[in-house]
Amino acid sequence: MQQVNSANNQTDLIELDSGKVPLWEGFREAFILHLADNALILAQRNSEWCGHGPVLEQDIAITNISLDLLGQARNLYQYAALLINKEPHNLSASSLHSGGKEVTEDSLSFLRTEREFKNCLLVEQPNGNWGYTILRQYLFSVYQFLLYGQLQYSEDENLAAIAVKSLKEVTYHVRWSSEWVIRLGDGTAESHKKMVQALEEVWSFTGELFLPEPYENEAITGFDLVALQHSWLQQITNVLKEATLFSSALNEKVFMQSGGKKGLHTEHMGYILAELQFMQRAYPDAEW
Amino acid sequence: MVVTDNNNFIENITANEKAVAAIWNLLEEVYDPEIPVLSIIDLGIVRDVVLTSSVNENIEATIVITPTYSGCPAMDAISMDIRLKLIEHGYKNIKINTMLSPAWTTEWISETGKEKLKAYGIAPPNAKQIVCDTKLFVELEAIQCPVCNSYSTKLISQFGSTPCKALYQCQHCKEPFEYFKCH
Repeated sequence: MQQVNSANNQTDLIELDSGKVPLWEGFREAFILHLADNALILAQRNSEWCGHGPVLEQDIAITNISLDLLGQARNLYQYAALLINKEPHNLSASSLHSGGKEVTEDSLSFLRTEREFKNCLLVEQPNGNWGYTILRQYLFSVYQFLLYGQLQYSEDENLAAIAVKSLKEVTYHVRWSSEWVIRLGDGTAESHKKMVQALEEVWSFTGELFLPEPYENEAITGFDLVALQHSWLQQITNVLKEATLFSSALNEKVFMQSGGKKGLHTEHMGYILAELQFMQRAYPDAEW
Repeated sequence: MVVTDNNNFIENITANEKAVAAIWNLLEEVYDPEIPVLSIIDLGIVRDVVLTSSVNENIEATIVITPTYSGCPAMDAISMDIRLKLIEHGYKNIKINTMLSPAWTTEWISETGKEKLKAYGIAPPNAKQIVCDTKLFVELEAIQCPVCNSYSTKLISQFGSTPCKALYQCQHCKEPFEYFKCH
């Protein structure tokens, strides 16, 4: 186990719109929860397609991706729980104080409140049409591919192990979603029109992926968000060009939505959690 | 350790080795719930078996397993099945640890495992390990149809009924089949 960042002990307050919220956990825990929340919420979103996909094989594909993301989220939550239980004084958030019990992967996903979730806004947006879902998956998968590509060399052995494992799976996601972005973008007039519209809608949620939070800067040495953004832009530009979706407007400064990584979510997040957490909230400690 | 205890010590070691070997044999009888012809040994997901005995002779068996895919739902069922199998044979103190690194690969599937897969109608992972990469619109591997042995087969989807399988169709006998993809 790596030495815990000294910043873990700080109890500073960070300014949020709503007033002051305690920075209740250490940077490394926050970073891992951020990665886990991204995976969990997109898994939950994609799973909405189960039984509703346009063709059977692609319905199976998106739900497989959902399952991979859920598995990654579990690995990350388990590791976060391990760290939090080791340094419980980092923990002052009321929703995690479940009667002095240890934190688990389940309490982290089922009992945290909206403000405690650190997923980016991109993953919580409604699925829209199939083209929008595919495009969002593509943009996010390339991000995850490059992210895990960096983390696999992290000196945090547990995080590196999760990254290596996840990278194998994300490779399939990148390949599948790239091919579909190209097929749909460079497909019929109708599919092209829908993909152009999807890109317009989704684009303003992509900037947040690369807006550094303190926990991203501090948690892992060598984690380079700027390099990540550079490679991401390069890779998606190539595919979007092939999909006849690229427009030079993408490189211009457009207003980017943000807040999710700080815990400030769009209205959609509450509905997701209501569904995701309903069972544990209604029947505490219920087991499968 | 004093010299007179030496024989005893060696006996203890061989006894421990025998007990560990017995557990490996038992684990041969635990099957993947999704692909019931494969044991978890065939799949290569059991990484280690450790037996420790404490003062009160209470033997603790630790089984280290590794998941095939992060989200594979069979892992929880497999942990439970390992536990039940060992309890059935008198072990009371059982610990099952999950290890992520090194990450599981289809190279760990045994030769007998591959034969069993094919007999079951699932094309086994190719002998030459070619894993998914980000190259687009190319089929990297020629997959043999498990029914008629033709190599004239077509990828239908990289994703199948479980995370470890892809969907193919044979162009020769027209049979759709699953391929246990290299990973």
